[in-house]
Amino acid sequence: MVGIHAVLVGYTVLALFPVVLIVINSFKSRQAIFASPYIPPTASTFDLVGYRTVLDRASFPHYFLNSTVVTVGALLLIFIAGTMAAFALAEYRFRGNALLGLYLALGIMIPIRLGTVSILRLVVALGLTNTLTALILVYTAMGLPLAVFVLSQFMRQIPNELKDAARVDGASEYRIYWMVLPLIRPALGTVLVFNMLPIWNDLWFPLILAPSEETKTVTLGAQTFLGQFVTDWNAVLSSLALAAIPVIILYILFSRQLIRGLTAGAIK
Amino acid sequence: MAAKTKPRRKPFPTHILVFLAPAVIIYTLFMIYPLIDSLRFSLYTTNPGGQIVFNGLGNYVRLLTEETFAPRFWGALRNNVVFFCIHMLVQNPIGLLLAALLSSRFVRGRAVYRTLIFTPTVLSVVLVGFIWRLILSPLWGIAGDFLRIFGIKNQPWLGLTSTALPVLSLVSVWQYVGIPMMLFLAALISIPDDLIEAARVDGATGWGVFWRIRFALILPTVGIVGVLTFVGNFNAFDLVYTTQSALASPDFATDLLGTLFYRTFFGFQLQLGNPTMGATVAGVMFLIILTGVLIYLIGWQRRILAMEIQL
Repeated sequence: MVGIHAVLVGYTVLALFPVVLIVINSFKSRQAIFASPYIPPTASTFDLVGYRTVLDRASFPHYFLNSTVVTVGALLLIFIAGTMAAFALAEYRFRGNALLGLYLALGIMIPIRLGTVSILRLVVALGLTNTLTALILVYTAMGLPLAVFVLSQFMRQIPNELKDAARVDGASEYRIYWMVLPLIRPALGTVLVFNMLPIWNDLWFPLILAPSEETKTVTLGAQTFLGQFVTDWNAVLSSLALAAIPVIILYILFSRQLIRGLTAGAIK
Repeated sequence: MAAKTKPRRKPFPTHILVFLAPAVIIYTLFMIYPLIDSLRFSLYTTNPGGQIVFNGLGNYVRLLTEETFAPRFWGALRNNVVFFCIHMLVQNPIGLLLAALLSSRFVRGRAVYRTLIFTPTVLSVVLVGFIWRLILSPLWGIAGDFLRIFGIKNQPWLGLTSTALPVLSLVSVWQYVGIPMMLFLAALISIPDDLIEAARVDGATGWGVFWRIRFALILPTVGIVGVLTFVGNFNAFDLVYTTQSALASPDFATDLLGTLFYRTFFGFQLQLGNPTMGATVAGVMFLIILTGVLIYLIGWQRRILAMEIQL
């Protein structure tokens, strides 16, 4: 048993140590970073110079805003389009139901990036280059396959009596859909959280579709900033810490949902 | 997508269309259509007159054989294979080990370990890449301090052509171990206890129980982890771009199909962008990934099905 804990603790240290190291050193003066990297900042070594450079030279609050808009926007669209499609697939028997389900599920295994050449041409043709809208649409397309697949499974489990009773009472199909939504809340939460991090952390599409300063996301912003300030250790450490902390906070808030989502997928 | 109806009895179920439309439209427009169009585009080229003309499989032949493209292509492909092997041989066994340890009911603090160990996976690749670049930097010496314990001399690991790719692969493994860990964990804890009990009663010991029973029962998950690793690895780009730039320094030692794709399509420094060749690279990546997925769906799944029928 001690052996088991030793391995687990050992690996946990390996997993967390790099991040902790970066964060504590981001608050230190330059000499201290090199002289004594492993200890937290003391009164004499505490220095916010890195943070000041970052906040002066790069508009991180703006990047955060962009990332938030894109992520929330995509999640909202995935929620709306995904639940509606899942509902239709689960609820109604129609010719092509199975085929459509399969068609939508194809996207689970195929990486969307492969079509980038044409996605870019499409975005240019639609006049959506350097817009957050382009990112939102692409991420929605990316997240829909798994969302529809998972949600339709859950919706199939809902007993028909509930819905039929409502129909008898004269409810429209749209009302029924609305009624069903709260019943799949756990699955819904998991699907949304599961998509949240890949969207927030993505580098590829912001780089290719919306690289302008106006539309930079945190991930892309950190990337370009780090590229420019590669020799300024304080600034680099601070920007890494600044970019990491919101993600970690989001993670702590949503870890249970996220983990449940991953494990639910494996059991199938 | 109309339901089979007799027009006299039921009205056309528009609501079904309304429900399906947004998802199908967005998905088709931004995922399926671009993929097909990109494949179609890879069959064209720009002739010396500047027009775009049909070229059949000419681009593919160029990519695989012509001197301006082939060395980079085969190099990237080879690197992807190395990248993939390191993930299969390091990431997935470690994930399995951690999952096995965390699946035992007798280990206290399982949830805490699980959450903490999963943390690297939620960070963006940019952060991971840079953090490790700093740690491995000879200037800072963190890696050196650590390696000294094992008597290994520190080197500029990411700067040497011989070590850059393996080390970068290990960084990627460090980040993503959480995913196979979670998938294996879910599968392991879903094995009913009575099965294990029955085996113990029949005299099976620790190792035997693990390999013959628990591992055998999670073979489907092993397959899924394998496919996910495969698809993910052949799509990898971000880590190399972040740490080594699109030129996959040093000297293309860390070039993957993803970075090759980016460079070919957009051009970089000395190389002009070439959309049709870029689409060709994507086409090859698609074929590779499709092959892997088909092998999984047909080969592995059939095996699993046969095993289940035997049981």
